[in-house]
Amino acid sequence: MNWLIGAVLFLILAPVAGGLIAGIDRKITARMQGRVGPPLLQPFYDVGKLFEKENVVVTTAQNFYVLAYLVFIALSGAIFFAGGDLLLVVFAFTLAHVFLVLGAYAVHSPYSHIGAERELIQVMAYEPMIILAAVGLYMVTGSFYVAGIAAATAPAIIYLPGVFLGLAVILTIKLRKSPFDISTSHHAHQEIVKGITTEFSGSTLGEVEIAHWYENVFLLGLVYLFFAWNPVIGIVAVAVTYVVEIFIDNVTARVRWQAALKSGWLAALLGIANLAILSYMTIGGA
Amino acid sequence: MAFLKRSPWILHYDASSCNGCDIEVLACLTPLYDVERFGIINTGNPKHADILLITGGINEQNRPVVKNLYEQMPEPKVVVAIGACAATGGIFRECYNIAGGVDKVIPVDVYVPGCAARPEQIIDGVVKALGILEEKRMKMTGEAQAKKEPRLAAEAGEGR
Repeated sequence: MNWLIGAVLFLILAPVAGGLIAGIDRKITARMQGRVGPPLLQPFYDVGKLFEKENVVVTTAQNFYVLAYLVFIALSGAIFFAGGDLLLVVFAFTLAHVFLVLGAYAVHSPYSHIGAERELIQVMAYEPMIILAAVGLYMVTGSFYVAGIAAATAPAIIYLPGVFLGLAVILTIKLRKSPFDISTSHHAHQEIVKGITTEFSGSTLGEVEIAHWYENVFLLGLVYLFFAWNPVIGIVAVAVTYVVEIFIDNVTARVRWQAALKSGWLAALLGIANLAILSYMTIGGA
Repeated sequence: MAFLKRSPWILHYDASSCNGCDIEVLACLTPLYDVERFGIINTGNPKHADILLITGGINEQNRPVVKNLYEQMPEPKVVVAIGACAATGGIFRECYNIAGGVDKVIPVDVYVPGCAARPEQIIDGVVKALGILEEKRMKMTGEAQAKKEPRLAAEAGEGR
């Protein structure tokens, strides 16, 4: 019964939490730049407005794909918070992004296409590392189930510092922050207009935003798993990680896609090295 | 609900301006004026924009571009013409290639005078545009309702 409560709570509360996190993010970013910044609830105003606007549809297929993106992001997060299989979560998560890419490819717009291509590169960059994170958590706790990992008493972060650092690198890609905001960015008008979301407008763009909120809450949940043996340290660690991500966002410039891909795979190498040492130590101990 | 007023996203286009007004528009986004306080974001994408800020008197080459940008913006939308050139053509009015004001090409809702227009004036113009935007939204939802009601009534009549 517990799993159902977790999933339902995620589906209801994650958009609220995700929107608030986005609001805090924009406020902190503004303060870092010496500005006042928008109100805390600004992300909700933005999405509310998007649902008030006319929905300009180029092909109806794009709406279907964006809806599929939202559904599968919500599903992967729901499986995660239900305590389900972490590998299944990762695969549902990837499938969701494939739908977003298909939605961008459904429209004949060069900006939308370049955004979609860059999104595919981003998926290639983060995919190895996110699977390694699941494998690392399995090696420490002996379970691929989120419920099992969260209940484990072993401090995963002590065993997996390399995996955690690697995850922090790809977290920058996933949160769509600089230096890896190559597929869509508020600051890249000159090169890609708005990248992957260029051709989405009105409520369709609103759905993309809500999916991104779900995604962020799920990712922060994944960060939490590394500190799950102590909830207080866990929550503090999640907050610190997010603030560091905002800081990195503000002090770095956008890199080329080659650099994004290399960084993602270097992070994965770091993760593999960590896992190799860990397996050597555990075999040596046994 | 009036979310639109709280989250106006802006598209800025330079229609053969001398760049004076453009620098003042961008000054609004700097930490000194920080229009993001009002939820204003400079999008650069007409499909995400609510307010079109145009500077300059529009020449023959960017006449179709301006029309295209305007048509790509989803309803409700407003146009703010910034500076003397955008209002009337300014000192370039007599030039053979100048249309002589934004309103010769697309409908304009707010004119911000000045050469160059000051950032305070531009913000004032945008705030004025927000009121018009809200009016247009009310009208839009009213029209959608007016279209819907007879249809619903007809359906109810058929059902009987």
